[in-house]
Amino acid sequence: MELILLFFIFTLAGFLGFELIAKVPSQLHTPLMSGSNAISGITIVGALIAAGADDGSWITTVLGTAAVTLAMINVVGGYLVTDRMLRMFRKKDAGAKPENPAP
Amino acid sequence: MSREILVNSAYIAASILFILGLKMLGRQTTARRGNLLSGLGMLIAIVVTLLDQHVVSFTWIVVGLAAGTAIGLACALLVRMTSMPEMVALLNGFGGLASLIVGAAEFFRIRGGTVTPEHAAFTSTSIYLTVLIGGITFTGSVYAFCKLAEWLSGRPVLFAGQHIVNGLMLAAMLGAGGLFVATGDGRLALASFGVFTALALVLGWTLVMPIGGGDMPVVISMLNSLSGLAACAAGFVIRNNVLVVAGCLVGTSGLILTAIMCRAMNRSLANVLFSGFGAAPAASAAGPEAGAITGELKPISPEDSFAVLEAARQVVIIPGYGMAVSQAQHVVRELAEMLERNGAEVRFAIHPVAGRMPGHMNVLLAEASVPYEQLVEMDAINPLMASMDVAVVIGANDVVNPAAARDKSSPIYGMPIINAHEARTVIALKRGKGTGFSGLENQLFLLPNTRMLYGDAKASLQGVVAEFKSLAGA
Repeated sequence: MELILLFFIFTLAGFLGFELIAKVPSQLHTPLMSGSNAISGITIVGALIAAGADDGSWITTVLGTAAVTLAMINVVGGYLVTDRMLRMFRKKDAGAKPENPAP
Repeated sequence: MSREILVNSAYIAASILFILGLKMLGRQTTARRGNLLSGLGMLIAIVVTLLDQHVVSFTWIVVGLAAGTAIGLACALLVRMTSMPEMVALLNGFGGLASLIVGAAEFFRIRGGTVTPEHAAFTSTSIYLTVLIGGITFTGSVYAFCKLAEWLSGRPVLFAGQHIVNGLMLAAMLGAGGLFVATGDGRLALASFGVFTALALVLGWTLVMPIGGGDMPVVISMLNSLSGLAACAAGFVIRNNVLVVAGCLVGTSGLILTAIMCRAMNRSLANVLFSGFGAAPAASAAGPEAGAITGELKPISPEDSFAVLEAARQVVIIPGYGMAVSQAQHVVRELAEMLERNGAEVRFAIHPVAGRMPGHMNVLLAEASVPYEQLVEMDAINPLMASMDVAVVIGANDVVNPAAARDKSSPIYGMPIINAHEARTVIALKRGKGTGFSGLENQLFLLPNTRMLYGDAKASLQGVVAEFKSLAGA
């Protein structure tokens, strides 16, 4: 039953993903891509569980720690890079260029 | 039990924040807040996982989190805007590798007997898929990174029998996977695990090899989608809702972006991935075909370019990868301001696949403080093109080649282009007389109303801007 529920969630999330992205202006394609790339760092949840299991096996600990590190790079780097890009997108009047004469 | 309910409720909250975040990322006014919301969701997911009853040892978690944060911070803050495509590719690769390792860790835990899966065959299949997708994502992204950072040639690399080799590897991987799921023998499972892990890593590399630099927007969006699917598969391995939801959202949204990029080139995904497009100079450049344009290249100096631009009232600037290479975005913005002060109306026309990642030109122009209202998409600019006095093409090539619309024998025939050739005058900035990524001679450059401004785009534009400045000073 648990597996069926997982597939159920999977299917719904898939449709939702299609609906969410279908009409995004091309100007936002890069931030959208790097923003969703940061979300794929969610695998850190699995990494934390592996690294914190402490089941007496050094293999699990080594693998878990490596996975936590890599996923964290993805998460921190991904969100910050996206924010850096989005901060640059600005409207004309919001720009700090007062020397622009009125047309 | 109550702890489990708390953890899962928090995962629901995190999923909602991811969904809202992605939705808000799709609009200019809300995009930044959307990214913050999605980051908040990630923070909740991480914190609450630390409360999970299966997480009992924190030493190595702290080490991993600290190291990852430090490296991630350094990557994000030090990277230059022009290096953004390779940065995104690299981060994506790390995510894929992390998923692969999560799958591997679960495999070793089951082997060690600390975890007993309820449905052994299902869990083995999920581990197999996680390793497969994660491995391809990792090495594929690293190869894309090397191409974009120009550590390796951006040209497609083909070798004899490439498709056969890839096909054989794929078959071997399927075989190893079948064995892995079916066998009850521990040593055989370990051996097949090793085989398909290695094959997935090699396959990621060889799949990206034959894809050229100009097709990178497709590759990057596809790898982005794969990294989501890898996380999703890892979610099936450890039966975790938030991994499945978030991974699947990324997987499908990346798929849509991939489809948009393919459509913008009027090519199928299979054609992009397997044709080795641009590896050899295209044959149709050999002789003039019906509908082809013949003529000669007519150079122009920065001084004469200034004279043309100074008289213009409607100017459209069409940037391409060449602008990124010479980092000319700031001087381009300066030129646009000069033109506006001179009374002209300036627009930037952006082709969806200009540059090396989706939206590449928009990011560079935003960095140079070009207001986004001035950026016009291809479909919006083309009807206006005939009323443009001057079209300035900066390091763009195939996306303005009229052969795509006229010459049926051209390999890029059918690709939607920006109709720069309809403008009254075209000034094309180009480093040399070489062809574009597709290996085609650009017929736009041969038109009677086209002038070629040769040299480094940044230096050439600085020359034009200097003319404007001396006029203003006089």
